[in-house]
Amino acid sequence: MQILTRFIPLLITGIAGLVMIISAFIPYTSEWGQKAGQFFNILAAFAFVLGGGNLLKVHLKKISDQSVGWGYSGVVLICFIATLFVGLFKIGAYPNPNFPNVPFSGETQGTGSWFWWAYEYVFKPLTATMFSILAFYVASAAFRAFRAKNFEAILLLGTAFIILLGSVSAGVFVTNWIPNDGPFGDLRLENLRIYIMQVFNTAGTRAIMIGIALGIASTSLKIMLGIDRSFLGSGD
Amino acid sequence: MSAVSEPMSPRQRATWAVILGVCIILIVIRCFIGEGMGKVYVEPTNLQFGELSADTWKSMDQSEFATFVASNPDAATEQWTQYDSVPPSAYFEQQQQGGGGSIFLSWPRTIGLWLAAFFTLAIYSFLYRDNPFYKFAESVVVGVSAAYAMVVGFWDTIVPNLIQRLLPQFAHDHLTPGMTLPTDAAQFNNLIFLLPLALGIMLLCRLVPKGAWMSLWPLAFIVGTMAGLRIVGYTEGDLLSQVRDTISPVYVPGADTSTPFMAVWTTIWSSVAACLLVIGVLCCLVYFFFSVEHKGAVGGVARVGIWYLMITFGAAFGFTVMGRIALLAARFEFLFDDWLWLIDPNQKRALVETVSMLMCL
Repeated sequence: MQILTRFIPLLITGIAGLVMIISAFIPYTSEWGQKAGQFFNILAAFAFVLGGGNLLKVHLKKISDQSVGWGYSGVVLICFIATLFVGLFKIGAYPNPNFPNVPFSGETQGTGSWFWWAYEYVFKPLTATMFSILAFYVASAAFRAFRAKNFEAILLLGTAFIILLGSVSAGVFVTNWIPNDGPFGDLRLENLRIYIMQVFNTAGTRAIMIGIALGIASTSLKIMLGIDRSFLGSGD
Repeated sequence: MSAVSEPMSPRQRATWAVILGVCIILIVIRCFIGEGMGKVYVEPTNLQFGELSADTWKSMDQSEFATFVASNPDAATEQWTQYDSVPPSAYFEQQQQGGGGSIFLSWPRTIGLWLAAFFTLAIYSFLYRDNPFYKFAESVVVGVSAAYAMVVGFWDTIVPNLIQRLLPQFAHDHLTPGMTLPTDAAQFNNLIFLLPLALGIMLLCRLVPKGAWMSLWPLAFIVGTMAGLRIVGYTEGDLLSQVRDTISPVYVPGADTSTPFMAVWTTIWSSVAACLLVIGVLCCLVYFFFSVEHKGAVGGVARVGIWYLMITFGAAFGFTVMGRIALLAARFEFLFDDWLWLIDPNQKRALVETVSMLMCL
């Protein structure tokens, strides 16, 4: 069993990783990389199916056990199955005008289809509102956590202040009296914001990106060489 | 998703009842002022198609279609009605001209609009505290988004990458008629795509406890491919390109040469900026280098790196806040413009309508 659950998966990982690296260096093998990429995309789509299956399993169990909040699990399942049905079968979708006799030839999210309706009136408003609600929490957390206790905190707060103020017309109005084409034009808030973004923010972001790239390269190597096997689980 | 929340106190219940009551009363009042609110109008368009030859169709207008059917009684034809949303102003204009036009109220889209407004308010209700409305909306978003990802994955990935290759004739006839059918040799080569199909099925075995080990193989393939892709991608795209961009001249001639003073001044500013950039990257990298203790000169340099990082985080925070506020503004615009019809920034309804509405309120 160790061969099936340890040796072969590690071999697959190493070979798949090696193929991707080789295909980037040897033009003759570039097609291998493309094929592996396509295989990866297909498996990623299957992973969504796995996610859906898992969602069904978890929520059906909650309904079956009638555990606390099982009614909400019912809502999850109804919405999941309904959206899946109208999306997979393209209910209400108009066919492609070039092939009007093939019902499935139209766009999945074409205007007027039921899947478009679910996206436009359910998915989009819900996700957009979920993200927008973070504005309140960010503001609340900033109010509670941000204290200009030391120089570093002052830098962080000051930069955020300049970036926010420099992006709105109020910020432009505050430093409007500084001539834009004069020697101190860069001290206008909107210009200061650009200067901060181009110099200090670029320097910090660049260092972070270099660090991330080094970290990812080393982690990927560890995975390919079989040193890091955490993705295979404990084997229990 | 939390299913359990603390029970409401009588005072909180009363608060909720008052808020809901006031909102419902205001909405009912608003419905009877002016042209009402939250309606979506559509205009139907009849589309007709006739098959000129095998797999060659032509879109025709009403008269052309009638002629085609009369002259080719055995030819295949298709027709349907497509409904496109139109701004309410188009409907108002139609009614002002005595009605009888083709634009009419779309109940499915109107219900959808009200549902979107309900979901928006249900999510915002969490700002007060966890409640059944929020939990309902949360459950809906979980179910719909999971199905959405699956549907998009199926039609955008499985169909073109797998079904088109393994079952080209079926895909051509029923799913993607625009595809080019492969030659026999190409079809034989496509048999290699049985491999991801098998791996995909093995991945689904994770749902079966006894077969869970089978999912390790496709998982290993995903992890290995991603590792190989990331090594090359990040080394080339991030590491090397960022290092290359950092190694640049620190003397930068100024852009403003209108006067000698401004030429010198802008040159100084630009060159200082270039120096600060290089110094910043080096200082931040020293800060990230934990193999050496941050003491003495190294500690000083690392401290400057922290200052740079704080400015970066401050900028990131500022942009995050701006992004979220923009989303918030978009949701409020939806509520007040599309649903309540209280504002009209895009002139979707007559301006007179909006002004009279505000005066009535």
